[in-house]
Amino acid sequence: MHMADALLSPAVGGIMWAVSAGTIALGSAQLRREQDDRQASLMGVLGAFLFAAQMINFSIPGTGSSGHLGGGLLLAVLLGPSASFLTIASVLVVQALFFADGGLLALGCNIFNLGVIPSFLVYPFLYRVLSKGGISKGDRHLAEPVPGGAPGKWRETAAVMISALVAMQLGSLAVVLETGLSGISSLPLERFLLLMQPIHLAIGAVEGAVTVAILSFVRKARPELLRRAPAGNAWRSRFAVLLAFLVIALVTGGFLSQLASKNPDGLEWSLSKAGGKVAAPGAGEGVHGLLAQLQEKSAWFPDYAVKRAAPRPLPRGAGALPDAASAVPGVVGTILTLALVCVAGALLKKGKERVETPDA
Amino acid sequence: MSHHILEIDRLRHVYPDGTEALREVSIRIVHGESVAVIGANGAGKSTLLAHLNGHLLPTSGTVRVGHLPVGRDTLAEIRRTVGMVFHDPDDQLFMPTVYEDVAFGPMNLGLSGEDLERCVKDALRQVDALHLAGKPPYHLSAGEKRRVAIATVLSMSPDILVMDEPGNGLDPYARRQLINLLKDFKHSKIVTSHDLDLVLDLCERTVVLSGGEVRADGPTREIFQDEALLKECRLEKPLSMQGCPICGP
Amino acid sequence: MASISAALLDLKRLDQLASGTTFLHRLDARAKVLATLVFIVCVVSFDRYQISPLIPFLIFPAFLIAVGELPTRYLLGKVALVAPFAIAVGICNPYFDRQLLLQLGALRVTGGWLSFASIVLRTGLTVGAVFTLTALTGFPAICRALQRLGMPRPFALQLMFLYRYLFVLAEEGGRAAKARELRCFGRKGSGLKSYASLLGHLLLRTWQRAERMHMSMLARGFSGTFPEQVKARLRFADVAFLSIWVFLCIALRLSNVTHSVGALFTGLLP
Repeated sequence: MHMADALLSPAVGGIMWAVSAGTIALGSAQLRREQDDRQASLMGVLGAFLFAAQMINFSIPGTGSSGHLGGGLLLAVLLGPSASFLTIASVLVVQALFFADGGLLALGCNIFNLGVIPSFLVYPFLYRVLSKGGISKGDRHLAEPVPGGAPGKWRETAAVMISALVAMQLGSLAVVLETGLSGISSLPLERFLLLMQPIHLAIGAVEGAVTVAILSFVRKARPELLRRAPAGNAWRSRFAVLLAFLVIALVTGGFLSQLASKNPDGLEWSLSKAGGKVAAPGAGEGVHGLLAQLQEKSAWFPDYAVKRAAPRPLPRGAGALPDAASAVPGVVGTILTLALVCVAGALLKKGKERVETPDA
Repeated sequence: MSHHILEIDRLRHVYPDGTEALREVSIRIVHGESVAVIGANGAGKSTLLAHLNGHLLPTSGTVRVGHLPVGRDTLAEIRRTVGMVFHDPDDQLFMPTVYEDVAFGPMNLGLSGEDLERCVKDALRQVDALHLAGKPPYHLSAGEKRRVAIATVLSMSPDILVMDEPGNGLDPYARRQLINLLKDFKHSKIVTSHDLDLVLDLCERTVVLSGGEVRADGPTREIFQDEALLKECRLEKPLSMQGCPICGP
Repeated sequence: MASISAALLDLKRLDQLASGTTFLHRLDARAKVLATLVFIVCVVSFDRYQISPLIPFLIFPAFLIAVGELPTRYLLGKVALVAPFAIAVGICNPYFDRQLLLQLGALRVTGGWLSFASIVLRTGLTVGAVFTLTALTGFPAICRALQRLGMPRPFALQLMFLYRYLFVLAEEGGRAAKARELRCFGRKGSGLKSYASLLGHLLLRTWQRAERMHMSMLARGFSGTFPEQVKARLRFADVAFLSIWVFLCIALRLSNVTHSVGALFTGLLP
């Protein structure tokens, strides 16, 4: 479920980076306030644990496929929101740098989808409410762990399952929205949604089942571990602020990308505004308003292909079909540049080797 | 003058779950002595060690290091005096590079700049690991990890070295290297180990723990001759003291 | 389990590349991180039907791999393995986007195919940039760079700890997984029950390790704050590298070199 750089536009990627960076700053500040000197080593090794756990699989009966732990909810239950969020975010950073799961620009999206959602949305607003049931209205009481107040077994199971399902649904919804807003993929929004949500319903169910099983194991073996997670109520108010910030950022982002899309190209447009010079060789090729396009696609979705194939004028701004004469330089240039790059790389490498070999 | 650098007096420890891990343990160790604490699994060795630097506090009885009783308010001083080398070097080496790890303790003690660098390099040189300074711990071999773990403690110039199973998981060569290294140290040493040959090489004195009590305390060779005692405490004569089955006794 | 030890080996290999000593390895990590970010932003800022202007960007990874003496085939293999998600989504483009954008003789290229090719190219460029960054810099140095660029300290510490214990835990988890695998035949025994108990045990052992680590930190005078890093200044080479890089990226972003080369070439033909 990792979002990828290649599907992202700079605007969406940048906004999500800002949101995730902001959350990391808030989470770090929160940890500093808690001043628990055990926390650092615990979070570090639990992050490593999560990393290892995600590489171990189990077979799902009757399906022939296998699943593994995602771990967001598990960590939130064990560590509380801030610590679990930072732990997940750190795992994602390592995955981005070493396995390129996602990528650097998409890191912001991934941290949001897999970290912020389970730790700061689902855990405090859903899991704690469900697992503590009756007393959820009096938030203050929850701040102190209720002695012996472990939720009943069924209630706990239900709370974990529901939370895992919701976290996964929200996560995949976020992926769909981020992809859609970026407008690199042409997949219509609701097709994508119809594809992603059911898959993540299944993934969420698996995640829930694994989390329930591990938590009940821990509860039997070392129940005291489950009592140390801070309640995270302080987070609700703080998170409301963050959420407002996020909404504003998204609206601004949406507005900006719509604005940009009416012009040849976002970056070029703003540069030409700034410098007064338009250097847009590619501007003739079709550029579509991202949001407008999404809307339109969803409007005539069912017979999309038919209409598209009909000889109707090309929609907004798409340049006339380039004839062969103007296309040839592009193709020839592509091949030539590619060759040039390869040759340059090989020469550099050769040059390096030659510099080193003389003394051999 | 024999000033007792470490004095454990009627130490008793009961864990929260009610297990009595140590009962009435009394040991005195003088400056420069090298003492082995041996015993079966669960005899209380680790619990005893955890008291020496105040990670656990006595249920009753006292532990004194130099003049200081181990207690909440003396922890900082105690921990500088007693250098603890852990069972698993991976628990001890947590910084990104060997250098930073060895510098961790001295930096916490307030060292910086050239003093810090000298201190770190000295410690690494003592364990013959200066060439490893820039390496990350996960690229080290077991023997290298063990030596670096010792350096992390040496860099704080402790008076007493406490080591939990120092020879564990080392190949014969690395084990011999370690023994020779430790022999040269002038510190007081307290070592727990199941490797009784290592104990024989390293420690002139041995304390046998069994069921949370001191069963014997005396010169290592004498204790290892007492087969009845060893058997009772689930131990066995070191191989080097057993007759060779092939060449005959 | 093959995958976990393979992943670990891969991680170690990439990590070891960072111990190289070339000019690029010695540059300040901040310069490299920022340059990579600029590069990625430039690449993804192209319109989705663009292919030709993306090609010149290949010179950057090519330059880094050549001058940084990185193993080309290994990195290419890694790039090829990665990003199934992007490809999976991208392959839908030709199906949904059938607008004709390019005609080369008999070959009619639709927008979908163009944007799919563009996605593949973007994936290669962005993923390649990340791998070269990691291989030239190393994780701890990237962390320190990010911290000096404003990443909060607790998070920097978290990354550092995580990285240190990745290797330990992945090996431990790998051993446990192997032990389970050796005793389950076919799919029997590899289900949720054994999985949860395996992970549960691993979790508890991890927790105990954290307690021992904490103990060893306390034993060395830890009082809740980690010592500050020594601050290094950017040298001329770092600034120069970054400025040239950024300038080139933006220049390539604004002018279509490929087109010019192509036009030049076709113009030369009679």
